[in-house]
This record gives sequence, structure tokens and C-alpha cells, in this order.
Amino acid sequence: MSLKFYYDLMSQPSRAIYVFLKVTGIKFESKPTILGKLGHKSEEFLKINPIGQVPVIDDNGFIVRESVGILRYLCREKGIPDHWYPKESKAQAKLDEFIEWQHIGLRLPCAFYFKLKWLEPRLTGEKPLESEIERFQPLMLDSCDLMETFWLNHNKKFLFGNHLTIADLLAVMELEQPKLCGFDPRQGRPRLAAYMASVKSETSPYYDEANKIIDKLASMSKL
Amino acid sequence: MTIQFYYDILSQPCRTLYLFLKLNNLSFNKHVINLAKGHHRTEEFKKINPISLVPFIEENGVILRESVGIMRYLCREKNIPDHWYPKDHKSQAKIDEFIEWHHIGLRFPLTMFFRVCHLEPLLTGKEPLKSDVEWSISGMKISCNVMENFWLSNDRKFLFGDHLTIADLLAAMEIEQPRMCGYDPRNGRPKLTAYMNNIRAETNPYYDEACELLNSISAKKLSKQEIKSNL
Repeated sequence: MSLKFYYDLMSQPSRAIYVFLKVTGIKFESKPTILGKLGHKSEEFLKINPIGQVPVIDDNGFIVRESVGILRYLCREKGIPDHWYPKESKAQAKLDEFIEWQHIGLRLPCAFYFKLKWLEPRLTGEKPLESEIERFQPLMLDSCDLMETFWLNHNKKFLFGNHLTIADLLAVMELEQPKLCGFDPRQGRPRLAAYMASVKSETSPYYDEANKIIDKLASMSKL
Repeated sequence: MTIQFYYDILSQPCRTLYLFLKLNNLSFNKHVINLAKGHHRTEEFKKINPISLVPFIEENGVILRESVGIMRYLCREKNIPDHWYPKDHKSQAKIDEFIEWHHIGLRFPLTMFFRVCHLEPLLTGKEPLKSDVEWSISGMKISCNVMENFWLSNDRKFLFGDHLTIADLLAAMEIEQPRMCGYDPRNGRPKLTAYMNNIRAETNPYYDEACELLNSISAKKLSKQEIKSNL
């Protein structure tokens, strides 16, 4: 009975699941799949996920893809404390509201900004297209502002109260990514800054463990 | 208590939810929010929904946003047949796999094409940048091919077997959208074509009702060739 976890700590949803597995104490067999080394294009990995994306879990032969689906599955199957994804119907619907919004509302603008400014120039050696950056940069700023003025418009410690939920892990890992291109969403957004600090301290030491690689790369690109 | 349903029938997830409500005989009051006229940006609308997105529902004073979350909620709360979103854990995980993929895997590229080639020119009066058109078309085609070659590779009637799930409604309504700019994802994709026909047959007359305005815009667009020649 083993849970295999395929991931790359450069990937935001991979980090969210990594922290979740560690904090909840679910034992897993680590299967690092390094995107930079085309691990996601290897024959072995494509058998597990033909669309070539991480994270993926293999729970005793049952394969689950997509971070949100994986987290919801683990909450149902592994006897996880209820606060992570409450069974109560309205509370769950409120969590889903954020989780389903964040794909295009938060992840997409932050991840595309990262892809255009950091990833693609390193892969192709070419400068990013200004017209594309002009499209995604304002979207990312709007998205961070919505975190500050709408989703965190309360005095709670986390998105949905004083306990962590899967929504928090998904959110913070997306918000960490653009620092690789010199943008820190915390700046000028006091609620967001306090919120991210709360998530980090609640999930210590795994938060820093998950972000070790991007922290290092971010400090290198500052030099 | 009747559901208050806020929507614009030209939005993909609004059509999805419209179909879901109709097919499951859930009674609702219609609140039409015309996005093209900026109704979602009015102060009145923002008081109810500060993030200016449709669809959303209101029931007993509780507001719920996001089509996927709303449908999961209705499946739990109302008397909805199990096949729409099975309670069985593993089936649910498999449906979630598609649903969570579809946001950035399907909805985003198709919507981007729609925005770049239809919405933005309409709003700004300017022709789209050639590089934007090329980029959005290639993303859309990749996504449609993943539908054909991966998600529909098992030759089943619907995505997860012989019964409709909420995933099918989400998928079909996204796939209909680019027809408004002269691109029909069915062309050259036989599995996708058969799949779309199955959904329409299973959900009519509501399918055609939900797509009526989209169909009339698409028919007008067919006479314009400039975007088509790029495809």
C-alpha cells in the first residue's frame, strides 16, 4: 500500500501538494519529475499522465491527476482533519468558490507572467514579446489586488477562518512564483503579506522546504 | 426556495449552469446580466458580487459563485441523479481530473481566441495584433486536439460513460464558443463531432435554447472571411 507522488518543486501545484502531504503526515514515495530535464516527457511518465503534467499521484494503482482533484481525493480517502476541506455543504461550496476561481483568476496570470518573463527566455534564449507581457502583467496585478481587497477582506488568519484549508496552500504557492521575475505580491498589500506569513508559519518547516529551490533561484536572479 | 440565477447566455459557464438547472427541473428566477453592456461593472451589481463574474446564484441569502462549485453544491443539496457527479470517490476523482484540467486546459485557450478575435476588436474598434491572433489560434488547436486524442480516446458516448456528467456540459459549452469567431472545433475531429452530437441529442431542447444567441451570431460571422482565412 503505497502512495507515489510525481512532482517538481518548481511547479506551484506540486508544492501545494508536497506541503499538504507533509503537514498531514501522509506517507509517500517521492517521484521527482524534473520538468527542466523533460522528466514529464519521458516514456515512463507519459504512461502515468499522457498529457505530461505534474503533479500526479498513484495511490496503490489508482492514478489521480490535477492538484485540486488530488487534494479533494486525499481529504476523502485518508482521514484528514475536517478543516482542510469541510464536509459541511455550504462551507465546502465557499471553498470551491475560491478554488475554482483561482485557476484563471490567480494561477493563470501569475504563471503566465512567470512563463513569459522567466521560463521561456531561458528555454529559447529569446526576449519575451512585449505585447504578451503587457497583456498578462496587468492581469496579475489585478489578481493580487483582488486577493487583498476581496478574498482577504476580513480579519481572519486564513482565507476561511483560523484553520488552514486546501485553498490556502493552492493560493500561496501561486503567489510565491512571480518572485522569480522580481515581483513580490506582498509589497503594498498588507493583508496579503500578513496572510502569507501566517500560512508560512503554520506549515513550517515544510513551507520553506517546498520553496527552497525557487527561493534560491530568486536570490540568484537578484544578483 | 427558488434559486436566483444571474447569467449572460453568451458566457460559457452560464450556458452550462442554465442547462444543468433546466435538465434537473430546478426552478429559478432569471436575472440577465448583459456583459457586453457592462452590467457586471455597475455599482448595483458589484454590491451583490464584488468580483464582477457570472454566473452566480443566490438562495436563502447565500451567494455562490463559480459554475463548478455551484453544480457540486446543487448535486449535494438537491435531488439530482447520481450520474451527474457520482458519490463514489474514485469516479468523482476522475471527473474532477477533467473539470480541474478544463479551466486552463480548455476554457482558457478557447476563450483567449474568442477575446482576441471577437471581443477585443468589438470593444476597442481595433484590428487584433497578428502575433496575438497566431498565438491564440495555435493554443486553441492544441487544446481541441487534446480533447480528441486524449479525453475522448475511449470512444464512449460521453466523457465518463453512457451518462451525462457535469463535466460534459462544461466541455460542450466551451467548445461551442469559438464558432462565434468562425472556428468550429468539430471540423477535422470525428470523435469530438460525435461527442458534441451526443450531448446535444441528450439535452435538447435545452441545448439549442442555451445556444440560440450564439448560433445566430455564428451565422452572421460565417459571411465574414477575414478571420476565417487565418485559420
